[in-house]
Amino acid sequence: MRWSSRPYSAAGFFFLVLFGIFTFIFLSFLHLESAEEKKISIYSSAANYTLSVTERNGQDYVGLFEILEPLGTANVKTDGLHWKLRYKTVAAEFTAGESRARVQGRNLDLPASFLLDNGRGLVPLACLSTLLPRFLATPVAFHETSRRLFIGNVAVHFTAQINKTNPPTLVMNFSSPVNPMIATEPGKLRMVFRQEPLVPPGSRTLTFDSAVMPSASFEESNGAAEIAVTGSAPLLASFSNDGRTITIAPAPNQAQAPVRTSNPPSTPAASPPPAQSGSTAPVPAVERPVPYFAVVDASHGGEERGAALTDQLAEKDVTLAFARRLRQELDAKGLNTLVLRDGDVTLSLDQRASLANSVHPKIYISVHAASLGTGVRLYTALLPQGGGDRGPFLDWDTAQAGFRFASQSAEASLSAEFGNRQVPVRTLIAPLRPLNNIAAPAVAIEIAPPAGGISQLDSAAYQQLVAEAVAAGVAAARDKLGAVR
Amino acid sequence: MIPRHLLIGVAAMFAVVLGMSVYVWRMRGRVEQVEAPVVDTRTVAPPVSGPSEQVTLYVAYDEPGVLRAQTARIALPSGRQERAQELLRALLGMYLDKSSSHQLGPGAEIRDVYLVDPGLAVIDANAAFADTHRSGVLVEELTVASLVQTLAVNIPGITRVKILVDGKQREALAGHADLTGFYDVSAVNELASQMR
Repeated sequence: MRWSSRPYSAAGFFFLVLFGIFTFIFLSFLHLESAEEKKISIYSSAANYTLSVTERNGQDYVGLFEILEPLGTANVKTDGLHWKLRYKTVAAEFTAGESRARVQGRNLDLPASFLLDNGRGLVPLACLSTLLPRFLATPVAFHETSRRLFIGNVAVHFTAQINKTNPPTLVMNFSSPVNPMIATEPGKLRMVFRQEPLVPPGSRTLTFDSAVMPSASFEESNGAAEIAVTGSAPLLASFSNDGRTITIAPAPNQAQAPVRTSNPPSTPAASPPPAQSGSTAPVPAVERPVPYFAVVDASHGGEERGAALTDQLAEKDVTLAFARRLRQELDAKGLNTLVLRDGDVTLSLDQRASLANSVHPKIYISVHAASLGTGVRLYTALLPQGGGDRGPFLDWDTAQAGFRFASQSAEASLSAEFGNRQVPVRTLIAPLRPLNNIAAPAVAIEIAPPAGGISQLDSAAYQQLVAEAVAAGVAAARDKLGAVR
Repeated sequence: MIPRHLLIGVAAMFAVVLGMSVYVWRMRGRVEQVEAPVVDTRTVAPPVSGPSEQVTLYVAYDEPGVLRAQTARIALPSGRQERAQELLRALLGMYLDKSSSHQLGPGAEIRDVYLVDPGLAVIDANAAFADTHRSGVLVEELTVASLVQTLAVNIPGITRVKILVDGKQREALAGHADLTGFYDVSAVNELASQMR
């Protein structure tokens, strides 16, 4: 076939070749990017940490010194192509480009060549489960496909159980405190555990007898474990028991799925779900859940201690104790309250804002404590310059903008109540996240010591006085807050 | 018949694309971690020359938690950016004094101030500035308001300010005052008026 007789086909062929080449380049870039993101997580009784994985000649490599250093005294010496490593009393020698190494005078064959990269000794990932026991004298389990390395008996186990309350809750109990990154998406709540040596239960897929949360699955990849809970309604996770328990429940506003109604069962518009097959028992009428009126956010927590108020007293502890006391006061006034951090766990500011926004409270109260000054300081958001809202979507950084006046109104109500109780109070704006990310009236309260001094900051009497004032202020503003949309 | 110039053009493109592919392929193996050299990050400021001028510094007072305008005479260079740096260094100099009304931790420094865009000032403080700062909503916002307000009042035309620590963005100064966003000078002005 001559090109001159089929000119269009030849041009098409060239374009096809070009398209193929561009696709190859694009995929190469994608591959390059994903290679840079490869991680290995190492779990041990000394430390849990994550290292980058380097890809060479189609093999995954990791720095041996970087693995051992957090576990004990280690030092290296490079002599030309020879790389000598000493970990505690164990000596090893590797040679760049060779797959045979000597550890404690004994030969060890690696599945691929040892590499030297700017003085870093790289070993193939595939050899870790045989190489590391020689250094550590302890069992090592390596989940190679997910790149998770367990040194010794460090695994964290968990159980999951559905409580058939109204609404149903999924209670997950962990053998050690956990602090996963939580993300929600339609029909799913994902918890990613990178720092925790979480291991799968007997089955990687768990099924529950619940229409709201029918199943959960466990997966491992790229140095992390993930539990994904499927739900027929938006789900919300809360921590308790010092981070050992995660309770997953439908978000309050969404929890009014057909199973949850105060109407009589005969009302067709809100009929209960079909009974279990074979059952003819009438489904009892159940009470409609009360949406949260207030969200109280105890600032800091977990590894983030906040201000050191005294040698022994951390801000995170004062804020948690106060938040619980405030919930009690608000609940007593009939204002259903959610404490966002009800345990010593770390929550990011974005997580706090996401959780608060997901329950659509009438007011969000962030709690802080300080040693400077006396009395109480109330803050509303000092808004940063934002990108502006797009249609129905609020700009994350300035989500508070539309609620500013309602926030100031609530602040004024709280301030008046403090005045009534002769508690010194001051109102200010503050560049304090996540106030600006909250799509509801939002106020922060910073509790400073009373006139008696810092030692009384966490006294029950003082905290009770402040909690009563805040609860009275919120109750006084209830009607105004209820009208805010 | 395929025109000759089209053939040459496609062949050239083909060669370029092939070259790029080989280059990208070789690049894959060259991602290396380069250890940052240990360097002394402390700023060495040249001696300031220029006539001393009267400026207004917004000085924080922890007790009773206020911001007060205070006039001072300091030597200022002629450049706008250098003036901004000297202003903030003078302000921090006050806070580093042991008798200061709003003490900052030892070693706190302003590394640089950049006027990078019409209306935008970027303050780059050193790590000690944030690492040794006391934690608390009020005490942190006093520092932020003092810096931003002093800059905005003395350097005309600044409408927003960004604060970096050691050249990088930090989530908060010491756990409270947000450093991820751009401070709107008019909003800080409102805060300063509340703090009088």
